[in-house]
Amino acid sequence: MIASAAGPAADRFALYDLFAGYGALIDAADFDAWLALFAATCTYHIIPRENYQRGLPAGLVYCDSRGMLEDRIRALREANKYNIHTDRHLIGLPRLIGADSDAKLVEAPFAVYQTDQEGETRLFATGLYRDRIVVEVGGLKFRDKLVLLDTFAVPTLLATPL
Amino acid sequence: MLNAAIWPSLDYSRVPYRLYHDPEVYQREQERIFHGPTWNFLGLEAEMSNPGDFRTTYVGDTPVIVNRDASGTIHALVNRCAHRGAMVRREMSGNAGEHTCIYHQWCYGLDGRLRSIPFRRGIRGKGGLDPSFDMTAHGLRKLRVASVNGALFGTLADDVEPLEDYLGAPVLAQLRRLLGRPVTVLGYNRQRIRANWKLYAENTRDNYHASLLHEFLVTFGLDRSTQVGGVKMDARHRHNITWAEAESDTAELAQEAYGAVRVRCNYLSLKEPELVRFRRERADPLNIAITSVFPSAVFVQISNSLAVRQIRPRGIEEVEIFQTMLGYADDSPDLTLHRLRQANLVGPAGLVSMEDGEAIEIAHRASKPDRDSTTVIELGGAGVISDRDYRVTDVPLRGFWSYYAELLGIEPAGAVR
Repeated sequence: MIASAAGPAADRFALYDLFAGYGALIDAADFDAWLALFAATCTYHIIPRENYQRGLPAGLVYCDSRGMLEDRIRALREANKYNIHTDRHLIGLPRLIGADSDAKLVEAPFAVYQTDQEGETRLFATGLYRDRIVVEVGGLKFRDKLVLLDTFAVPTLLATPL
Repeated sequence: MLNAAIWPSLDYSRVPYRLYHDPEVYQREQERIFHGPTWNFLGLEAEMSNPGDFRTTYVGDTPVIVNRDASGTIHALVNRCAHRGAMVRREMSGNAGEHTCIYHQWCYGLDGRLRSIPFRRGIRGKGGLDPSFDMTAHGLRKLRVASVNGALFGTLADDVEPLEDYLGAPVLAQLRRLLGRPVTVLGYNRQRIRANWKLYAENTRDNYHASLLHEFLVTFGLDRSTQVGGVKMDARHRHNITWAEAESDTAELAQEAYGAVRVRCNYLSLKEPELVRFRRERADPLNIAITSVFPSAVFVQISNSLAVRQIRPRGIEEVEIFQTMLGYADDSPDLTLHRLRQANLVGPAGLVSMEDGEAIEIAHRASKPDRDSTTVIELGGAGVISDRDYRVTDVPLRGFWSYYAELLGIEPAGAVR
């Protein structure tokens, strides 16, 4: 269990800060700072809800190491072409659902809107984060991030992280 | 007007934009192509292992149920109640002994026969159906079904050549190669693209765009147009296999070729190079084999990722790409993990495929206002449609349009085939 001398309220605010920063950094396309929210050893998966419900393992994004996640971001910057847009993450309050020996288990619902160059906004995705969060130097970090994608009929394409 | 006069050339090197946009085109495609003499991919036998297993899919935009009955026979049925036209089976997959419409509970067997109708004789002798009502004439419409190594195809046409003849020897060989061992489904992904479905069908036959649009291929050394490769079609040129051999070029050749078009080809190293490492699984050296089956299926091997894509038209202006990710039933856990990692390459978030969604949307958007203008399809030359042993070509697009024109009844006299 993660204990804090500052008490439960401070723990909760730290969690809120983590999720608020998570969405804001993607929306600002500050992916280096975003990557810094992940633990030194981490995973990141985006799984369509229809696969998850059937117990099928394939994801849209399947990064089972930090290196793979960093490669994803590098490809996004240096190779991939995608619809020109800005993202807006609306992340609901994170909910502590349990803990194991070294991590908190936390869920949070999200919606991501995309706005194109002509100012038209559409709902791009809704879903649920289901995360394992650990304490490392610098504060709380995502050890394992699972993005359960409700909107598994992906509009156009998925380039920037959810 | 939709007629043979719309074609400016007889070799399909010019395609008028109206074919992507006119609503009358869409209606005729549904009638003459998807309900016409074609075989349409339905799903995999591996998805229906047990009696009663079903899944729902589409042929064109017609909803279809595919299921396995108690005797093990696979049936495909139009998913539409004979009574009021409601969708009978709403779930994407499951197991059931029958299909009952929720609206008035008309109940159908797994073979499509109408089994029972509530209050058929009315209540206390009043109401209900006339005794002459013929139950046998009101089943779910059946498709003819055929399979190649567990890949199920269905047709709504009465007269269509046998599936194996329809596919032709080269495509048949590719399907048997990809599905030569029992497969297992690793998952699905879906993509909704705001573009006409034919732009996607063309895209999978377009070898020219691959390493230019999908810069990841070249930047990270996965696939380059300088590799030995080409396009191979069936005799009618309606299907196509885009193929390439692993490690069949040199860095110097690639640098020279891509330097001229300012595409970087410097083998940027990945932190996890397994993502692009090809593990040779077969006697042949192919690391790219993309088999497009007219009208709407694509069987895909990109490195060690394996998939079937189904192109689902959703009106003239939208298409869903429904992709089933595959492994083999006897894959080791390590190989399964490798395939799951390489699944990062394909699909709506695919490192070498995401661009397709954007490319065909911008093609759809900008072509709409000027329907008498045309595309230009001349890479690898105009004129005769034939196989090529090089990759800077889009000849198979002309093959697609040739068969398309024939089916729609708009083939000009003297056109190439």
